[in-house]
Amino acid sequence: MSDGESTLKAPYFPHGSTIVDAALRRQEGDHGVGARGRKIDGAEKALGRTRFADDYAFPGMLCCKLKRSTRPHARIVRVDVEPALAIPGVHAVITGRELPTKFGIIPWTQDETALAVDKVRYVGEPVAAVAAIDEETANAAVRALRVEYQDLTPVLDVDTAKRTGDAPESKVNEHAKQGNVTKRVELSFGPVDDNIEACRKDGAVVEDSFFYCGTTHAPIEPHCAIGLVEGGPGAQGLLTVISSTQVPHYLHRDLAHVLGLPEAQVRVIQPPVGGAFGGKSEPFTLEFVVAKLAMMTGRPVKCLYTREEVFLAHRGRHPMRMRFTTAADRQGQLKAVKSVIDLDGGAYASFGMITAYYAGQILTGPVAMESYAFDATRYYTNKPACGPKRGHGSVQPRFAFECHLDMLAEQLGMDPIELRRRNFAGENVTLVNGQRLGSSGLLQCLDAVERASRWRERRGKLGANASERGTKRRGLGVASSMYISGTNYPIYPNEMPQSGVQVKLDRSGRVTMFSGASDIGQGSDTVLMTIACEELGVRPEHVRVVSSDTDLTPVDLGAYSSRVTLMMGHAALEACRRLREQVQEAVARAWQCEPDDVLLGHGKVWARHDTQQSISSAEAFKLAEARFGTLGATGGYRTHPRGGDYRGGTIGASPAYSSTAHVAEVEVDTETGKIDVVKVWVAHDCGTAINPVLVEGQIEGSTYMGAAEVFLENMLYGADAVGVPAASAARRGGMLVGPSLLDYRIPTTLDTPAIFASVIERPDGNGPYGAKEAGEGPLHSTIPAVVNAVYDAVGVRYFELPLSPARVLAGLRQQRDGAQPTTHKAAE
Amino acid sequence: MLRLDPFKVERPTTVDEAVALLAAHGAKARVLAGGTDLLPNLKHGLHQPELVVSIGGVAGLRGVKDAGEVLEIGALTTLAELERHPLLAQFAPGLARAAAQVAGPQLRRMGTIGGNLCLDTRCLYYNQSAFWREALGYCLKKDGSVCHVVADGKKCVAAASNDTATMLMALGAEVELRARDGTRRVPLDAFYLPDGAKNTVVDEGELLVCVRVPKGSPARREGYAKLRHRNSIDFPLLSVAVALDVEGVAPGTVTGGLLVVSALQARPLRVSLDAVRGRALDDGAIEELGRLAHGRCHPMTNIADDPAWRRDMVPVLVRRAVADALHA
Repeated sequence: MSDGESTLKAPYFPHGSTIVDAALRRQEGDHGVGARGRKIDGAEKALGRTRFADDYAFPGMLCCKLKRSTRPHARIVRVDVEPALAIPGVHAVITGRELPTKFGIIPWTQDETALAVDKVRYVGEPVAAVAAIDEETANAAVRALRVEYQDLTPVLDVDTAKRTGDAPESKVNEHAKQGNVTKRVELSFGPVDDNIEACRKDGAVVEDSFFYCGTTHAPIEPHCAIGLVEGGPGAQGLLTVISSTQVPHYLHRDLAHVLGLPEAQVRVIQPPVGGAFGGKSEPFTLEFVVAKLAMMTGRPVKCLYTREEVFLAHRGRHPMRMRFTTAADRQGQLKAVKSVIDLDGGAYASFGMITAYYAGQILTGPVAMESYAFDATRYYTNKPACGPKRGHGSVQPRFAFECHLDMLAEQLGMDPIELRRRNFAGENVTLVNGQRLGSSGLLQCLDAVERASRWRERRGKLGANASERGTKRRGLGVASSMYISGTNYPIYPNEMPQSGVQVKLDRSGRVTMFSGASDIGQGSDTVLMTIACEELGVRPEHVRVVSSDTDLTPVDLGAYSSRVTLMMGHAALEACRRLREQVQEAVARAWQCEPDDVLLGHGKVWARHDTQQSISSAEAFKLAEARFGTLGATGGYRTHPRGGDYRGGTIGASPAYSSTAHVAEVEVDTETGKIDVVKVWVAHDCGTAINPVLVEGQIEGSTYMGAAEVFLENMLYGADAVGVPAASAARRGGMLVGPSLLDYRIPTTLDTPAIFASVIERPDGNGPYGAKEAGEGPLHSTIPAVVNAVYDAVGVRYFELPLSPARVLAGLRQQRDGAQPTTHKAAE
Repeated sequence: MLRLDPFKVERPTTVDEAVALLAAHGAKARVLAGGTDLLPNLKHGLHQPELVVSIGGVAGLRGVKDAGEVLEIGALTTLAELERHPLLAQFAPGLARAAAQVAGPQLRRMGTIGGNLCLDTRCLYYNQSAFWREALGYCLKKDGSVCHVVADGKKCVAAASNDTATMLMALGAEVELRARDGTRRVPLDAFYLPDGAKNTVVDEGELLVCVRVPKGSPARREGYAKLRHRNSIDFPLLSVAVALDVEGVAPGTVTGGLLVVSALQARPLRVSLDAVRGRALDDGAIEELGRLAHGRCHPMTNIADDPAWRRDMVPVLVRRAVADALHA
């Protein structure tokens, strides 16, 4: 068993040592670590052959549909299921009373049920579920169901949440001990207030309110789950749930918990997933109800969410109102950062307790500060629950902080890149909040984007030069960030590995990797294949990956917190190494040489001192199978506690941190207020790139997603919309304005910037082969880079997202009238 | 996925068959051409037809013909075809550019000019799922009695959102409506009604078969400007079309034409060019046109964006439409 602190017997850093000639590593024909390999599932997906959850059908399968609340906050007086049950073809109807056990992804905040019990907390909350012979019948049954409500006080924003929650009429969720507060985190490191005062006298201090609007994941594949009861030795059968999830293990646990079954009687299968981004990282209503309905009816039951239901399931980025104070001395040394943050959480906790921590804990590098304090409070409101979206919790404060760095640089007369360089935390250092930063390629990232964007020649000069373009102004902006590669602390406390991998070799020459990890498109199956190729010297076509099936694969905690490559990678490496040693030993015996002189690579096994002597991998595996019997090995990854020695100090503590820098070039249309993000240069330090193509894909995907959050995406509710007639305001307040891909605008190819991605490799001893994360970090600094570029273009600071044309134009007008735009109204 | 409620489908092959079916079923029938408007609306439960008359197989309704003074455009001509059609490039380039801004490429390959002209009016409170509208308590246009845009409003203000209608109205086009008992030609100006519940004069039993676009004089300049957040897919937040007759050397003198603004309410709004007729088309004249249009346009919350900003955009779009006309 390996862990974050120990090393394996053989050196694995920076690269393994098994390939014949390391110089061949990145050349054609090699498929190990660092090779630009294809994705293991790429061709299948391109050819349309991949089977997603909804592609599965079983004889006798029933269709499940949900009755959803039309009220934001109301007591359920009565649910009349009889009219639905009376419809021919309806097999079962359940309400919250059939599934009353509470669950929740965080063990300390189990505050939701699969179907509403006694009261509803947001418009769209599931109240009842039906199973019928087909979709039409199920829809008819849902329409026939009658729910009688008694309205309670809707709590639709943080300001209202702060004032309410003491009386039952205005308490959104009974789990809140005090008012409507889910969680408050208050931490302070060093003499923050003294440092701020000192900088006020000699230095620069900026103090502003920022607002980051809510956004959602919008995966192309909607949530889908199928429940089946079959197999097993007893008449009761085993429960299998096939689901588009990114956490099959947590789903496994919660299904057993809510349905009252032994875990050994439950199986979860996660087929290939068509996008998740954090939106499928906890159990959802549909998974429990298909299981329950399958158990009740004895038939397979499927539920596929409509696009609107995907919006209602949500768990997207929290709207955050953030008051930031940032102080530097005259030399530009960052002395203090202080934030007060309100999170608008929605009706349930989801990951919210962690979100409140992440809103503070991940900001302390790679640009470091001498003292730091944050005070983050998450509130319950009568809206779909917020949760983790790519860059969980830390994207919003990163936006505020990196804008502040830009402002400080201006006040101090420094280049903003230089300010960041000057405050670089360094490597192998302990950050102000006690977190241990290993490798960090911040300086290399900054160099790369500075050079590629021709920052020094062009920044501050594009706006003026754009006069021939008439009403459009261009600008450049920079930002940097850091992100975790998994957290040392598992979601539920336990001493077991966070990730396990089992590997089987046999005489066919094939390697089969069994892993509980979830490939949600990011490419974890491909990483498993690459590690098999690297360690066992086989070709990709000889590797099979079996992943995310709780009956077949060892446990992995899931695809979240950018943990998979690091943790699963360690486990895979360890299992493969064990088998490699057996192969080396068996072949050495046949060749009468030392095991260390047996090398594995390019689909063959070679003699170190005589490359004319080689046999195929399959021949070598036969020798090993003859020598050792059936070939199999396991590997696992577990972490030691890390982080600061205080309550919450482990949250956000990671074995390794990535670093990122962005330079964005924007064009602002000063007549309409529209922003065009023209180009983005991004450099991301992922440690060792196990597959650079996958890393580039993650950088590009993160960057375009981040850019869109600046100017397009917004989870807008009726209560926030402009000009609502009073008569309909009450009904509308808790309703999403446009729960569709027409009204919630994700960018088209025409709205996506040209992205120039550089992979920076600054290996970290805690990662397999030195690898760190790439899936979420490259989103963070996109947003402040774009906002800072807007300032460079037009000279107006914006503190609220999204930068809608109306908001941008209002700012330009205030500039013309001699006033800066106001900060978020509620924060004044 | 959202389901379609059951309905019967007929696939006539001639216009006579099609209008006979429409006449026989009256309000219970709906016409399906490219389906890009009707099918999503059916899935949202906005119409409950018993019969859908799919006219895709009707002969003779597709293509652009040079008919002397006018171009005749068959109702089934797709927006993608109009985008690149040589006759439009020569005689109605503004229409080609407006067609090119409808939705995205896949939808323009399916969507037709007839369908775009008959596009149902759109509103934030109407183009939503059955569940959403139920939670809202429905609205004036469908199943309810309350307008959520205008307090105590008694008349639906859902917005005309068709890009080609704005341009064709500016060009003085007319449509040909066929019924079992005859054919009538209606100028687009008279085709649209100021009622969001139903904003065209198409009667039960009638089928729009053809659009006739005057080829205009060599002096005619055509421009179109569309306000939207994304550069594809989105319906207009505001659209301005202009047909300008400009004579003489640049900047030239305005001798006629029309300005049309849409995505406001049910009927595209005509703005006369009388104020600048006989004047040089210089910056001052363009500003004046913008002021005139601004004075008459009152965007509402039927579209989910800041109406004050959309109103501010009226003169900007007028300027851009004129620039498009003069420089495209």
